[in-house]
Amino acid sequence: MIARRINVWKHFSDGVTTNNPVLVLMLGLCSVIAVSTNALSALGMGIAFTFVMVCSNVLISVVRNVTPDTIRIPVFIIIISTFVTITDYVLQAFMPVIHSQLGIFLPLIAINCIVFGRAESFASKNKPVASLFDGLGIGIGFTIVIFLMGAIREILGNGTICGKMVLGKAFAASPIAFMILPPGGFLVIAFLIGMKNWLSNKGEK
Amino acid sequence: MKLVVSVSPHIHRDISIPRIIYTVIIALVPAFIWSIYSFGIRALWLVIVSCGVACLTEAIVQILIKKRRTYFDGSAILTGMLLAFNLPVKVPLWIPIVGVIFAIVVAKQAFGGLGYNFINPALAGRAFIVASWPQAMSSLWSAPKFGAISDMNVITNVAPLGVLKMNSGNPAIVSMLNSGESIKNLFLGVYGGTLGEISCLFLLLGGIFLIAMKYIDWRIPLSYIGTVGILMQLFYMFGITPVNGIFHILAGGLFLGAFFMATDYVTSPITREGRWVFGVGCGVITVLIRLWGAQPEGVCFAILIMNCFVPLIERALKPKIFKQIKILS
Repeated sequence: MIARRINVWKHFSDGVTTNNPVLVLMLGLCSVIAVSTNALSALGMGIAFTFVMVCSNVLISVVRNVTPDTIRIPVFIIIISTFVTITDYVLQAFMPVIHSQLGIFLPLIAINCIVFGRAESFASKNKPVASLFDGLGIGIGFTIVIFLMGAIREILGNGTICGKMVLGKAFAASPIAFMILPPGGFLVIAFLIGMKNWLSNKGEK
Repeated sequence: MKLVVSVSPHIHRDISIPRIIYTVIIALVPAFIWSIYSFGIRALWLVIVSCGVACLTEAIVQILIKKRRTYFDGSAILTGMLLAFNLPVKVPLWIPIVGVIFAIVVAKQAFGGLGYNFINPALAGRAFIVASWPQAMSSLWSAPKFGAISDMNVITNVAPLGVLKMNSGNPAIVSMLNSGESIKNLFLGVYGGTLGEISCLFLLLGGIFLIAMKYIDWRIPLSYIGTVGILMQLFYMFGITPVNGIFHILAGGLFLGAFFMATDYVTSPITREGRWVFGVGCGVITVLIRLWGAQPEGVCFAILIMNCFVPLIERALKPKIFKQIKILS
């Protein structure tokens, strides 16, 4: 029992740290760069993504033994896009602002390579509980990184965080607009990856 | 006689990195003096602040990451100087400071310092500034003491390429831009623009000096300026651009870019064929941006884009080693 708990915890923490989808696997960068222009929409994207990730991981794991190998990809697509559709409609009904900010990138979670990658490499080979924690870890790892990126880019590129002004009026009058643009996104992600590698190298020594 | 056993090469020229870079800086001095003369003492302050911050940033980064300290080898000073040369004289002082910090930290030191940067740091700094504060870079033009390119009052933007972009449908202004008087002013540098780009004459002198010293290769400037001139003259004949090729090679930052930025050792190809390809590529992209892009000037982005292609050019044009046999698979 204890061994199993440790195992489950490892699946979770792997997703956040050593298997972080953005900083280590470097998957799904398109939506990360596109959505992380402000902290709130980044957080919304992270939560929506985590929901889809966890639910589809669990369901795929449940049906893994009855899924014929030759048609597993269509099965994954149907399961994933079901949850994406649920998320899409729920956000549209209850959080229309976030929904309009995320735009096309919300439905695009359906073909997000992180979700597919985990379905193929983890959920289709492991038990539902392990898949649940793997999905949770990956989802939270994704949310942390995308929220950090959104916060950094919003602070530097707009002088605000979640719409509130920080760094003063003088900065907000002529912020570093470069950070909001796509190259700024690549720059921030590069520095985050560098920092992550620096920290993990330091931990090894 | 002292004999040393070592691998080849055995005959060295007594040149070093600092010597080359300081020579390039000396070659820029005539154009610098001209810009102080025509824009006033503020030009001097901009360059001094820019160079100072460049050296300071390089020193801080190299001390922090415990690397060999080379902040006085001139490369930081050259980066600061070239960046300041790309700014209009009225920009607030914090703009060159931020740009230089970006150039040194992100474009140069983050990739490993001098010799490892894949794009020209000064141009990267300028691109960063243009993307972040386009207003400051495009609206703060000032005319030198001699006045704008002409005394026509309709022209509020004094940089000739900006004038062209906004008034290409106005026959009076176009014929004025095409006149011999305008060409002469452009060549001598009697018009508005960024700090270092205005005097083609002094930039040409500096460039010829560097070519004569064999510090830069003549192929890149020649192919770059030649491509822009020939293509623009062709487009002029077909009526796509209203002004002739000579106007296009003299206006804007083409001479500064072709002689002092495109020839950067680190970010340009090492083979002769590669240099031709590089120069022609820069020229074609500059023409495309000037004629169909949103911005009036394209030298900065043309060189940055071609910088990214340099590894590909090198790989494609790798010289054949003697007796190398191509094995068909």
